[in-house]
Amino acid sequence: MQIAASSRVFVTDRDEKIYGVLAEFATPAALYHAAEQVRDAGYSKWDTFSPFPIHGMEEAMGIKRTILPVLVAIGGFSGAGLGFLMQSWMSAVDYKMVTAGQPYLAWQSFVPITFELGILLSAFTCIIGMLALNGLPRWNHPLFKKERFLRSSDDKYFVCIEAADPNFHPEKTRALLEKAGATSIELVEE
Amino acid sequence: MSQLDPDHLNAQRLAGIAPAATAPAQPLDPQTGDGTLIDTPGVRPPLVLNNRGIGDITSIVAGYAENAPPKWWLPAFLTAFGIAQLGGAMILYLVITGIGTWGLNNQVDWAWDITNFVFWIGIGHAGTLISAILCLLKQKWRTAVNRAAEAMTIFAVICAATFPGIHIGRQWMAWFLPPIPNSNAIWSNFRSPLLWDVFAVSTYGTVSALFWFMGMVPDFATLRDRADARLRRNPEGPIVLPFLPVRTDQLRAYIYGFLALGWRMSGRHWHRYEAAYLILAGISTPLVLSVHSIVSFDFATSVMPGWHTTIFPPYFVAGAIFGGFAMVLLLLIPCRELFANMKDIITLRHIDNMAKILLATGMMVGFAYSMEFFIAWYGGNKNELFAFVNRATGPYWWAYWTMITCNVLSPQLFWSKKMRTNVVAVWIVALLVTIGMWFERFVIIVTSLHRAFLPGEYHMFHPTLVDIGIFVGSFGTFMTLFLLFLRFLPVFPIAELKAVLPQASPHHHDDDHGKGNGHGHGHSTNTHGKHAAGGH
Repeated sequence: MQIAASSRVFVTDRDEKIYGVLAEFATPAALYHAAEQVRDAGYSKWDTFSPFPIHGMEEAMGIKRTILPVLVAIGGFSGAGLGFLMQSWMSAVDYKMVTAGQPYLAWQSFVPITFELGILLSAFTCIIGMLALNGLPRWNHPLFKKERFLRSSDDKYFVCIEAADPNFHPEKTRALLEKAGATSIELVEE
Repeated sequence: MSQLDPDHLNAQRLAGIAPAATAPAQPLDPQTGDGTLIDTPGVRPPLVLNNRGIGDITSIVAGYAENAPPKWWLPAFLTAFGIAQLGGAMILYLVITGIGTWGLNNQVDWAWDITNFVFWIGIGHAGTLISAILCLLKQKWRTAVNRAAEAMTIFAVICAATFPGIHIGRQWMAWFLPPIPNSNAIWSNFRSPLLWDVFAVSTYGTVSALFWFMGMVPDFATLRDRADARLRRNPEGPIVLPFLPVRTDQLRAYIYGFLALGWRMSGRHWHRYEAAYLILAGISTPLVLSVHSIVSFDFATSVMPGWHTTIFPPYFVAGAIFGGFAMVLLLLIPCRELFANMKDIITLRHIDNMAKILLATGMMVGFAYSMEFFIAWYGGNKNELFAFVNRATGPYWWAYWTMITCNVLSPQLFWSKKMRTNVVAVWIVALLVTIGMWFERFVIIVTSLHRAFLPGEYHMFHPTLVDIGIFVGSFGTFMTLFLLFLRFLPVFPIAELKAVLPQASPHHHDDDHGKGNGHGHGHSTNTHGKHAAGGH
């Protein structure tokens, strides 16, 4: 493996731009401890891959808490607010019609639909927000080119440190992952 | 090289298609059943049996979607599909001819249509209860049943949504249900519980479908990756059908790959995914409680004796969960027998737990029946009292007592652990409860309407062939969708099941030597045995 570094762009000897270094681990425990070491080495553009969410991995990776709950709260309250406004405008402004002797702005009757629309919009915000924060949908990715990586959705565990990370160094990064107990390490081209 | 490829033969073996596959059936232990009925404090009963490892879970569950279906599948599918078509033809006849083809009359103007609607929408509730409420309560056993139960929820909502859509008479005006701007410059009546119902049911269907889909995204990625790996190993794999020259795995990689949205099992993604899952569980909990409450408002806000009671919302919600769990058991007990290795995932403890829920919700429903009667007498309203006495002793007495027998008496069997863990007994009770819950809605709707205030208004309801055909057809639709689900989708949540295995804990290797982490001693020994065998 020959790597030329010029202005922080790493290429292979076949002149392909490097995406990062991919290391495989055998167990969740090995991945967990490797993640702690990568975190402590000060990397920022890297990720772990496991077939299921591993308990405590956020801490091992040093991930900040997601802002998703805030987005969902905004979505939910907007849904409820807009739902209430819609009902009020339609019933008390645009189409005034007395039904069951109730006032035009019978706010008590608007509660169920206000609630349902709040739930509806929070659910959409939740899923679309989760996907958007994850950068999904994105059907292609350099990692998918690696046959080994396909086992990440079965029973293998991976760490990938990206070449875009300011601390990335072909040899040092590789050495770190070897020290962390990787069972195999390979380069991933863009 | 072979180490890198998902082992297709292993998947076939695990799914029972290739020979020399499964562990020989163990005789059930009188105390612990299949080994999961442990009540000793401090000992965690295993959630997955036979020491299945993480890779085994992939092979078993993906195997159901990848291998040729069992022999009974196609005949069962064609039968269900035929029945669904029959229902479809009856609906077409109804739309062409009119609501008069049902047995409705001047007095009984809601009958099987709304009975079926409430019946189906109630069935859905078990799925959301399992996926949302049991998630918040950290009931790990839910992972084995939540995918199938959520699928059932969505299919039940589809069946339910048909009925209000066709009972409105002029079905081509159904677009008036949501508030859509129109040339008449009129808007829907937001003060009507029937419109609340439109919003509740459509929100419920949408949110359930979103929740179900989100849960499946990582499992679609697993199916995609397996198809992709097989394609790379052997690009000349089998084709879909003799006249359709597309590689099966190519098609799988495209379809599952599209649905997986590019999910790549990333730790940063999992963090947000778990947050999203918890939030959805949190918002689905009040949602599921609201839906059947709002369905009950259709009745409770009217002035009809027998309907105008404040107990309806909690009573309907309990009944919905009761009927829903009965349907889960009704479907999953045969699946467990028919599919290889499913007993490793759906254990006797699952059956036992769900039987307990049937007992508890059955008692709630029984309490509601007696409380309704008590208030009818205690409230001193003659019409109200008549409605209830008429239910129990009038011309529909048989419907009322079928309901009481099926819903209140039959679950009493489950006080006995022997009955709760006897799958045949549980299946029969589940069947009785399903029948009983249909009769409950029939009793509420038809016996209240058929003898309202004036004796001159007394009428009986007689279902016609169209009534019966559409009802039976809705079961056909439900089973068609469920059989397709069993054939093509991940029947169990693969990622979630793996996460509850003892091997999934990052501290599994660190602290099971001596210290223990709430694991029983025997449990640790078992998982070590697996490590030797699985070659970790």
